[in-house]
Amino acid sequence: MSWWKRDKPSVTTSSADNRTVLTEGLWVKCEGCRQVIFRQELEKNLRLCPKCGYHFRIDARARLELLFDGDYEEFDETLTSTDPIGFVDSKPYSARLASMQTATDLRDAIVSARGEINGRTVNICALELKFIGGSMGAVMGEKIARAIDRSLAGKHPLIVVSASGGARMQEGAISLMQMAKISSGLMRLDEAGLPYISILTDPTTGGVTASFAMLGDLNIAEPGALIGFAGPRVIEQTIRQKLPEGFQRSEFLLQHGFLDAVVKRTEMKAMLTQAFEFMCR
Amino acid sequence: MQEENRLRIENLERELAALKASNPQADVARLEGQLQMLDRAQAQTATPWEQVQLARHPKRPHALDYIQRMFTDFIEIHGDRAYGDDAAIVCGMAKLEGAPVMVCGQQKGRDTKQKLIRNFGMPKPEGYRKAIRAMQMSAKFGRPIICLLDTPGAYPGIDAEERGQAEAIAVSLREMARLGVPVVCVVIGEGGSGGALAMGVGNRVYLLENAIYSVISPESCAAIIWRDAAQSEKAAAALKLTADHLERLGIIDGAIPEPPGGAHVDMDAAAELLKAHLIETLAELKGLSPEQLIEERYWKFRRMGSFFTEGASA
Repeated sequence: MSWWKRDKPSVTTSSADNRTVLTEGLWVKCEGCRQVIFRQELEKNLRLCPKCGYHFRIDARARLELLFDGDYEEFDETLTSTDPIGFVDSKPYSARLASMQTATDLRDAIVSARGEINGRTVNICALELKFIGGSMGAVMGEKIARAIDRSLAGKHPLIVVSASGGARMQEGAISLMQMAKISSGLMRLDEAGLPYISILTDPTTGGVTASFAMLGDLNIAEPGALIGFAGPRVIEQTIRQKLPEGFQRSEFLLQHGFLDAVVKRTEMKAMLTQAFEFMCR
Repeated sequence: MQEENRLRIENLERELAALKASNPQADVARLEGQLQMLDRAQAQTATPWEQVQLARHPKRPHALDYIQRMFTDFIEIHGDRAYGDDAAIVCGMAKLEGAPVMVCGQQKGRDTKQKLIRNFGMPKPEGYRKAIRAMQMSAKFGRPIICLLDTPGAYPGIDAEERGQAEAIAVSLREMARLGVPVVCVVIGEGGSGGALAMGVGNRVYLLENAIYSVISPESCAAIIWRDAAQSEKAAAALKLTADHLERLGIIDGAIPEPPGGAHVDMDAAAELLKAHLIETLAELKGLSPEQLIEERYWKFRRMGSFFTEGASA
């Protein structure tokens, strides 16, 4: 029935794509207050909404730049995961890794670095959410374990900035064991009397929360971050009810006693500086 | 073939139960023989998905079934001294061949009532806090610790989140690493992710032959990847959650044999095999000092991982 079907594909919609490309990046809609903000203004403001203070997510490298005074030294940059169980879902895990590595210019979901925070040498590991959901595999386990070793050797504090969905199921039980590996390492740091501060950002769930993210001498979260063990969808499926507003957000955890403080991105560095003054002799 | 077998097993079981109730010895023996043969064949050729079913078999012995059979003088201790007592985890002092040990087990229920009481073997934060409290007490008095793992996972509910499920597991992991006594962990059924691992930081970690240990349940894995829980079979195979794979990956120290057909066929025999293995393992660890035990345990987990340095000559 050619009444209803176009015989010739005379109209193409590529112009529509072009239009979105042209405007994309100039303006962003804030998920907190639903207002439209000028992207440049957002970037200048450490990616906090200038109107409501909503914390947009930031990359691992941006995080390091924010916390360190200036230059920092990166470690184990080329540590790369093998595909230990030959996992294949919609595509092979090895191919997924390769495409992520090209897209993010990282080898895995973590950057490990040493630099200074207001003149004090500190090791920081920052997780990268964009890399397979910031998931924890063997590389993350090893990089944090080595950062702990460096902290022990140099008697420097350690900070881990979390942003992760949890363990990386594509590495099977190996990823699960990283929880024990990192937590055992933190026991050593604890025994040595060295400070470990966990910074939790949006989102921190699963095996990451249930290991190093909850083990800080101080657990500090950014406002409004989703933090929990089971993800909200899993809980809804279990109890078959809608979850209350604000459930598993930073403020909820603070109220229930699992965070020491909820601190704005702009005030984080000052907080860390003060904490280290207390902790380091 | 597998499906057929299972149906035949079920039919035979039913027939057997009926016969046992009424009469002839000879027929019972014949049928029992057939049943055992089939059970054995089933276990030997089990696919990963069938292995999962076997690990969750409703008649499979639970922690308390083993505790009753392996230990004497078991005295259960309760509560986390902060909130409450969690029936999904049982802890207690006991004797293994006369030697005092601490036993901590994740406990499932068998009938509906028990299942509800045990919360289907899904512990809450107070359960993990009770377990680590028991373990620390055991370390204080220099007694070895035996952990029996069997859970679909830590309970994912509102109350568990409110009381810090993640924190309870995290602290348990860190504090187990600090215990200056031998810790032996055995997955007796389902090793469900962080909920199982929270009590699994041992000097030795074993799986019963038909148990599984996984970062995520096959159902959840399938739901995430294929958005379809019906693909669980595929997920079970992909996750490499059986004893042979885990041993090859260096995650467990080995598999402990079960009686032919699986632990559910003969609980007494299963407990006997496990008990012998535990006695042997504890004897191996006996000579180590607290410092050595902690160091050895740390390096056991530190070595777990699979990675390479790009650019380095491999």
